[in-house]
Amino acid sequence: MVTTLDQIFIILRNWITGFLPQAWRPAVDVVLGVVTIVCLFPGLFALTTVFERKGLARIQNRLGPNRTGPFGFFQPVADGIKSLTKEDIVPLNADAAVHFLAPVVLVVTVFMGFAVLPMGRNMVLVDMDAGLLFFFAMGASTEVTVFMAGWSSRNKYSLLGAMRAVAQMISYEVVLLLSGVSVVMISGSLSLVKIAAAQNHYTGWLPNWYIFTPWGFAGFVMFAIAATAETNRSPFDLPEGESELVAGYHTEYSGFKFALFFLGEYLAMFSISGLGTTLFLGGWSAPFSFLTWVPSWIWFFAKVMVSIFVFIWMRGTLPRLRQDQLMNFAWKFVLPFTLINLMVTALWRFMGEGWERWVVCTLILAAVFVLMGKVGMGREHLGPRSYRYAE
Amino acid sequence: MGVLFYLIAALTLAGGLAVLLLKNTVHCALAVTVAFAGLALFFLQLDAQFAGFAQILVYIGAVAILVVFAILVTRGSTTPVGQVFSESWLVGVAIAAGVFALFGWAVLESGRALPHESAAPAVTVRDIGNALVGRYVLPLEIVALLLTAATIGAVIVAMHEKEGSK
Repeated sequence: MVTTLDQIFIILRNWITGFLPQAWRPAVDVVLGVVTIVCLFPGLFALTTVFERKGLARIQNRLGPNRTGPFGFFQPVADGIKSLTKEDIVPLNADAAVHFLAPVVLVVTVFMGFAVLPMGRNMVLVDMDAGLLFFFAMGASTEVTVFMAGWSSRNKYSLLGAMRAVAQMISYEVVLLLSGVSVVMISGSLSLVKIAAAQNHYTGWLPNWYIFTPWGFAGFVMFAIAATAETNRSPFDLPEGESELVAGYHTEYSGFKFALFFLGEYLAMFSISGLGTTLFLGGWSAPFSFLTWVPSWIWFFAKVMVSIFVFIWMRGTLPRLRQDQLMNFAWKFVLPFTLINLMVTALWRFMGEGWERWVVCTLILAAVFVLMGKVGMGREHLGPRSYRYAE
Repeated sequence: MGVLFYLIAALTLAGGLAVLLLKNTVHCALAVTVAFAGLALFFLQLDAQFAGFAQILVYIGAVAILVVFAILVTRGSTTPVGQVFSESWLVGVAIAAGVFALFGWAVLESGRALPHESAAPAVTVRDIGNALVGRYVLPLEIVALLLTAATIGAVIVAMHEKEGSK
């Protein structure tokens, strides 16, 4: 019973393909997987927009959407119909072909990333030998589309937003890659399926996820910072800061093309959360050994949704950074710390089993963190807080 | 081989031709990403996953963006008024034909030079990694040193300009 529930989607797929001739099965398997991903994540996106608006409203002491359907839960349906029926305005000066291609290519490349994420036991579309590399390659391709959107609009705000976005994404992509490398060093594989499986065992009833090691914790924090910047989420949402750039690179998009950008952004959030879950939070494995009877896919999606909640929480809590602060933070703190974390990971790998490596690695990371903080903040003079307008 | 090969070849060639024939430099930069993507697909078709994804990651993710930035920062994005071909196109064609002939000769000769190579060996990413930090660690380190020197050089060049303007 437990295994049936765990493998329910695989069984369902095999039941459907069972009606077909043998030669068709591999192709139909892939088509079914793609259709599931293409239907599931936009549905999740619709749900998330409601949760985000409700959550932000709660943080800001408002009610949030509450008119469409019970508690405003049909708001995304109304939004979808609205953006479908809205007029699609293309600026006269815009580069029509590039302007049209940008949102389409963006959504396609973002969807590709889901292909290698293991969403449960045996639940992966393509088990690639170099899955992690594939994911990062697809992530890198979205940068070009952001530039295409900003440049083709022939609007100074769009271009500024695109330049900001590209500079930010390139800077933080380095960190994202390097924090992923430390996981690869320990698990010895670039395949996300193998990385998830490597964390699926328990000491007593506690899990052996990578986040519960010194290097894993440091790596996860750096990964989370870089992921927030990669998806242009607050506090790193300068490329689309409404108050400074109107809406950044998608200022000149209306109707369903705008909805596609919105969709792309949220899908990127889902896929990067899925990657973080797979790399550091044990993928589809249960948090305690006595909870393994719960289907693996429930755990994967629960972890992804918790990450999404943290994204929303941060958006409601933190103010936006300035461009120079963002770049200094990336190149002077996050990147050096990630490099040192790589060294610590290597040390962890070669010190062998035992409690010594826990002490040594934790001490090194803590010392480096404190030292870098002291040196980095040494030149800043933070006096008592002064309020100019709010008193 | 087969249909897929010709499709990818057509895509890559179209991208390459567009780079040469389009007037707007930003369009050219975007067309070159299409050519890069086509090359990556070739690698993937040959089962060279690492090379293919590295091609996308490095060329589309970094080189194309760098090209685009360079074009925008140096104000090269304005469309030229006159003809797009330079005066010395005949020399260019001659050099291109020479290089193509050399590569073609090398590829055709490789069959005779290495007659004992059987079917393509199955190379996993792990093998590439082992080779890079095992047998070829010295070239890797030399390249790393070279890149570090280039980065530091770039930073120094940029810093110098800033001091001069003050």
